[in-house]
Amino acid sequence: MFSSMFSSMFSTANPVAGIVHMFGHSFLRRAFLAGTAISLASGLVGYFVVLRRQVFTGEALSHVAFTGALGALAVGAELRVGLYGSCIVFGLLMAALGSRGRADDAVVGSVFAWVLGLGALFLTIYTRSSSASDGTAGVRVLFGSIFGLSRGQTTASVVVSIGVATLILAISRPLLFASIDEAVAGSSGVPVRLLGFGFLGVVGVTAAVATQAVGALLLLGLLAAPAGAAQRLTSRPFTAMWLAAGIAVGSMWAGLSLSYAAPKVPPSFGIVAVASACYLVAIAITTGRRAASFGTPGHDHSDDRPHAHSHSH
Amino acid sequence: MIAVVAATVHNGLGWNLADDMRQLFELHFMVNAFRAGTIVAVVAGAMGWFTVLRRQSFAGHALAVVSFPGAAGAVWLGVSATAGTFVASISAALVIALVPRSASGGGEDSAVIGTVQALALASGVLFVSLYGGFLNSLNGLLFGTFLGITDDQVTTLIIVGAAVLLVLAAIGRPLFFATIDADVAQASGVPVRLLSVVFLVLLGCAAAEVSQITGSLLVFALLVLPAASAQRLTSRPGSSFVLTIVLALAITWVALAAAYFSVYPIGFFVTTIGLGVFVVVTVAQSAKVRIQRRGRSGFTSQGMAA
Repeated sequence: MFSSMFSSMFSTANPVAGIVHMFGHSFLRRAFLAGTAISLASGLVGYFVVLRRQVFTGEALSHVAFTGALGALAVGAELRVGLYGSCIVFGLLMAALGSRGRADDAVVGSVFAWVLGLGALFLTIYTRSSSASDGTAGVRVLFGSIFGLSRGQTTASVVVSIGVATLILAISRPLLFASIDEAVAGSSGVPVRLLGFGFLGVVGVTAAVATQAVGALLLLGLLAAPAGAAQRLTSRPFTAMWLAAGIAVGSMWAGLSLSYAAPKVPPSFGIVAVASACYLVAIAITTGRRAASFGTPGHDHSDDRPHAHSHSH
Repeated sequence: MIAVVAATVHNGLGWNLADDMRQLFELHFMVNAFRAGTIVAVVAGAMGWFTVLRRQSFAGHALAVVSFPGAAGAVWLGVSATAGTFVASISAALVIALVPRSASGGGEDSAVIGTVQALALASGVLFVSLYGGFLNSLNGLLFGTFLGITDDQVTTLIIVGAAVLLVLAAIGRPLFFATIDADVAQASGVPVRLLSVVFLVLLGCAAAEVSQITGSLLVFALLVLPAASAQRLTSRPGSSFVLTIVLALAITWVALAAAYFSVYPIGFFVTTIGLGVFVVVTVAQSAKVRIQRRGRSGFTSQGMAA
């Protein structure tokens, strides 16, 4: 079964010819183009999401993205209007609530479950109401449809992603300062509140654009996994930031190629699987390094701070 | 709105309550749905009470998410989806229980959890895709379904549910002790670490059971909301435990009936009713506290913290 799954790419013995053949498909060229831009933006943004301990916001956004997109479809609007609208509004809302609005886990989780339940309702309304609706809308939003991007969607994704990446790079220095030590950054004139607010807006945009690639539910695979791996591997902030972007782009390329070679493998699975594997490898490397430098594995909890281990080596 | 839509589905919801009930239990699949729902609600209530008390609601959520690839993988391999759900959730519970927790917590821990969840969901999609039936089973697995619950499934749910409740009854008292004050419990000889491992395995079973009704993604609604509501209403452990189970049963039954008489998915009703109960309880409690404080000392209080 496995050999038949890999037939299409390696039908030619020459790998170069196989790759040329792969890029002969316009849907794949578009997927690589959009995917590269999206994963670059996700990697850069994801680094700060993990650094600022806002992974949970990313998870919340993945629920909101689903419900927003299907809500738009249910009322007959364009999917992307709902997707971007809901993600940006929610990101800013989370920023406005800030730490004051940090309710307890059970409440937050329950509200998010309800948001998803609402999404399921919109999905039913949409698939039942319009005769022209396609039944795959729900699956596309949940799990992405990067092989199905139109020319216009590809252009939009690339433009938005490049915009996000540029913005993050432009504010990376003060944002890093504010993320690592908010109090000191604030007292030395960095507009900490404005940065925090703007950043979550950018995270919202990223969530919306990444939803088209890997889907709402797998968002964290592209946002958290590369960043987590990068932070494990190096303690130098800018190296880690670029490493996160590199791992994200590499996972995108590997995942898309895997899915092309084995058509039964959904592209979003390929992307998330490669990104998770990178994280696993990073954990294995750093754990081994840590055990070696300490000798006694029993002491390792004293060195569990994400930024400490590469100094010890 | 429900009544309008229902007319297209069945005889419809009428003002004659007896007739509505008769319709509800007329079909065998619906009887099975109520059987399964009742078992699931009791297990969810009992386990949820401890889960909320131990602040492990997100572990419950993660275990339920893992049940999705379990079910999808089982369908792909041609074995029972229910069995796949249990195997996946219980294995995940063991992994969570046995992998040492890092002391720092924070950003990196949540990155790991987020990645594992995304990978679990992605594997579920892979299995569904390999199986080929991309659309039919997917929404049910994720957002719950009450259609097509077989007698065998009900039997499995009863056996696992009874086992969970028996073990919980056996460890309930020390578990409560260990939850309230782990240090004192440890000092007086309660095996705190062992209890937490056993509890996580039970939670895996419970999450798998609940996901049969609510789907993998919406387990929170039945596992956490009844307990969170009940624990706000009363601080006495015994009464809030019973109240949790009563609320879970009520939410499940009403959601099943609503889903039957409408065209909308049961996941929507479970989450909406559950959250509705919780919001009403919270508002009522904070209003009560505010009135009491105002009556006693005259100053305006801040109300109950959310």
